Amino acid sequence: MKNESKSRPNKASGGKEYVVVAYLFVFIFLSLIGYMVYFNVYLRDDIMNSPYNKRQDKYVERVVRGKIMSGDGEVLARTDVDEDGNETRVYPYGSMFAHIVGYSNNGRSGLESVANYDLLTSHAFVLEQVKKEFQDQKNMGDTVNTTLNTELQQVAFDALYGNKGAIVVMEPDTGKILAMVSKPDFDPNTLSEIWDELVSDDSNTNLLNRATQGMYPPGSTFKIVTSLAYMHEHNGDTSQFSFQCEGEITEENHTIHCYNNSVHGAENFSTAFAKSCNSAFASLGINLDWQVMRDTAEQVLFNEKLPLDIPYNKSKFTLDKNAGVPLEMQTAIGQGNTLVSPMHMAMITSAVANGGNLMKPYFIDSIESYTGEQVSKTSPSLYKNLMTSREAQALSDLMQGVVQEGTASALSGQSYIAAGKTGTADHGDMTGEPHSWFVGFSNVDNPDIVVSIIVESGGTGSDVAVPIAKRIFDAYYN
Amino acid sequence: MLNIIVELSKYLIVILMILFTLESFLFFRKRDEDDKKHVLRKQVVVMLFMDLTAFAVMYLQKLEFTIIIMFLEMVGFIIALQILYRIFYRKASMILVNNMCMLLSCGFIMIGRLDFEKAQKQLLMVIIGAAFSLLVPIVVRKMKLLKNLTWLYAIAGILMLMAVLALAAISGGAKLSLEIGGVTFQLSEFAKITFVFFVAGMLRGDTDFRTVVITTAVAGAHVLILVVSKDLGSAVVFFVAYVVMLYVATQNPLYALSGLAGGSAAAILAYQVFSHVQQRVIAWKDPFSVYENEGYQIVQALFAICAGGWFGTGLYQGSPESIPVAMKDSIFAAICEELGGIFAICMLLICMNCFLMIVNISMRMSNKFYKLIAIGLGAEYAFQVFLTVGGSTKFIPLTGITLPLVSYGGSSVICTIIVFAIIEGLYILREDEGDELEKQKNNNLKKKPAKQKRAAGNAPEREKSLEERIQEQTEQSLRW
Repeated sequence: MKNESKSRPNKASGGKEYVVVAYLFVFIFLSLIGYMVYFNVYLRDDIMNSPYNKRQDKYVERVVRGKIMSGDGEVLARTDVDEDGNETRVYPYGSMFAHIVGYSNNGRSGLESVANYDLLTSHAFVLEQVKKEFQDQKNMGDTVNTTLNTELQQVAFDALYGNKGAIVVMEPDTGKILAMVSKPDFDPNTLSEIWDELVSDDSNTNLLNRATQGMYPPGSTFKIVTSLAYMHEHNGDTSQFSFQCEGEITEENHTIHCYNNSVHGAENFSTAFAKSCNSAFASLGINLDWQVMRDTAEQVLFNEKLPLDIPYNKSKFTLDKNAGVPLEMQTAIGQGNTLVSPMHMAMITSAVANGGNLMKPYFIDSIESYTGEQVSKTSPSLYKNLMTSREAQALSDLMQGVVQEGTASALSGQSYIAAGKTGTADHGDMTGEPHSWFVGFSNVDNPDIVVSIIVESGGTGSDVAVPIAKRIFDAYYN
Repeated sequence: MLNIIVELSKYLIVILMILFTLESFLFFRKRDEDDKKHVLRKQVVVMLFMDLTAFAVMYLQKLEFTIIIMFLEMVGFIIALQILYRIFYRKASMILVNNMCMLLSCGFIMIGRLDFEKAQKQLLMVIIGAAFSLLVPIVVRKMKLLKNLTWLYAIAGILMLMAVLALAAISGGAKLSLEIGGVTFQLSEFAKITFVFFVAGMLRGDTDFRTVVITTAVAGAHVLILVVSKDLGSAVVFFVAYVVMLYVATQNPLYALSGLAGGSAAAILAYQVFSHVQQRVIAWKDPFSVYENEGYQIVQALFAICAGGWFGTGLYQGSPESIPVAMKDSIFAAICEELGGIFAICMLLICMNCFLMIVNISMRMSNKFYKLIAIGLGAEYAFQVFLTVGGSTKFIPLTGITLPLVSYGGSSVICTIIVFAIIEGLYILREDEGDELEKQKNNNLKKKPAKQKRAAGNAPEREKSLEERIQEQTEQSLRW
């Protein structure tokens, strides 16, 4: 600039401002370019794998869709190519993995949707890929190795039998999902034939994955959350609690009954929890500050996003200052307006089993090329701490009491030590059979698996869901 | 086999693009006139070769004869423009012309890939714009009258924007352009030019507080009308151009800062008052949460950019047609998808190169009016690029504005070509000034070229040395 003003009799102003403006705009351009680089390096994969992304459909023209494998090495989905090059997607287990593995005709669902990009991407040897390109042949898509276990899935699938409902089995210390069953189901092999029928009938919910999308009243399984709220309000001390159960409790003209009007008599916190005493928890609910209750519920992810890649519904918890005593009582025992998915209950239970830490649930263990070269591997990761380890231990003790002396005593005296909570949830106009719930985990000292079970209109938790849990635990430890 | 060709061609296209971009920046380093001419010629060759590759790949995949026609027309246009500029304006900045042709080429390739009819229509518009633009430098050079129409610019600008507002009101905000005899005019594009002329006219003399207040009021009126007609992108472009011009004219950073503060306050107010502003912000923060509605466009644009990666999918290998307004507001995403992130970044660098050239021209001018016009138009151009690219990459909220010279849209491309032509006109003016200066200097020093073999040979030689000197200064100015 100096040179310039010397050599030119510049009538107008100097150039400092122009330099400033130029710098600013260069900065803007460079930050834009920097962001482009950042986007391509860090954000790309996440966005690309979004289930909304329909672009991957184009890859079908170049790549034979890869296989989906179970954790124990069985084929869950594969593509057969006949001599004429026609492709058929085959699901050897039929409807058993219908919801979680999903389908890839008539749109996509489940892992077929989540892992679509990987299934349609080939990491085959480069030279082989080029050779096939020249020959105008398709390359082989990558293999997706899931965490699912065919044995546990089979047991859960058989246990639900013809009932509606859902079962989730997961590892609390890793977040691996070992089994996920939802009924009623469909056979993905023949989906296109029944598609129109399925879609035209609004009352048909076969395609819905109840494990993550089903919204159920939690019933007494929610007492885990109510207990946690009580601990929050009483600084973790439950020893001061005592209650005299008379089979029912009435406040403001609203009566809550214990199941079958059982009279539980004198109770401390542990016995009230083990026997799932509604009167005790309703009374406890009235005395709890609604704000503490709500904060606790939201801390364990009610009304919040869940760390899931597959479609799910957010659980609902609506208690506020205008709730009133009847709703407070109902909410404390898991009725009222509260709704939860079986997967979410599995996650809460998993946090209890794992010292308060919720590991991010995952279904995909690794991606390999079709020849078995590893492309990527999922490592377990902490999603969030839902409670302190002291609270988790206290809840774990309470849940162990349920097995030892309470509503899940069918699980006691086994080779494994189990803990859990039953639930018997009224629904609809409350005239039909209640939903049967059980959430729990096995091997209390070093938990192996968490189960979350709901059988729609199945009856009590003890009668229906607990025996299913036993079958699953037995199968795991057989 | 075809796949291999498509695959290889995409790398070739990226390499050619990188070459062109490098030359654009290296150009400033060249001192020797022949070297510079060599660079410019090389750029034209690289550009035409890139166009050839792209259109050949498109033809091989579609086997439609119109693709060849389109290519020939486009090459014809580029060559004609290069020749005409060289004949009419020997002193024009050819690097700016080259950059412009490159950006137009990118547009033709992408628009052509999406819709050939539209590409041909665009080419016609570009030809009309270019025909106009050949006159513009003459007008700028000869008509001193331009300086004295300050208020006429303001009135024209406001009237055009009012017309847009009326249209928006009638059509419920859906339509922001005027249609006359089958031709649509995006009036806000034309208002961009008159606006800069108005502000330059107001601020070229004394910039006392009163003048600043009056100018700000009128500029604010422009911006306000645009905000009300929901053309947020244009509103921000006008605003930024004004702040830049005000700062440069007053040399007072306080004005610039208070302008920015006022702008921020206005943005917050707009966010609270207008629901359409809130929607844009929500769609920016988490587009997936409003996927079905406001978020759809940005999500599709992001998918496109992801699909492209660094090298792109290759032409016709992606699905840019699934991005809403792929040819206009989202063309950057479409280019990212099929031509790749590296190509897109090069395109951004070329835009930046254009802007730096404009600032450079603006600095070299001695007349404040012209200086302000150049920097004002430059700021509008650069910020528009930022808004549209930042918007479709989710860097900033989407504002719905075109990428100048690349996006489809007659008014946009014609206006940008005219803007570039005005800047060329100013560049030539600057060269004229340089000539006069040189003459004076020569006279003063009574120093004449030592050896004059031929009178005719004198002129170009003198010009050459002059250009060399200017070039040196240009280069110095680029190494601030």
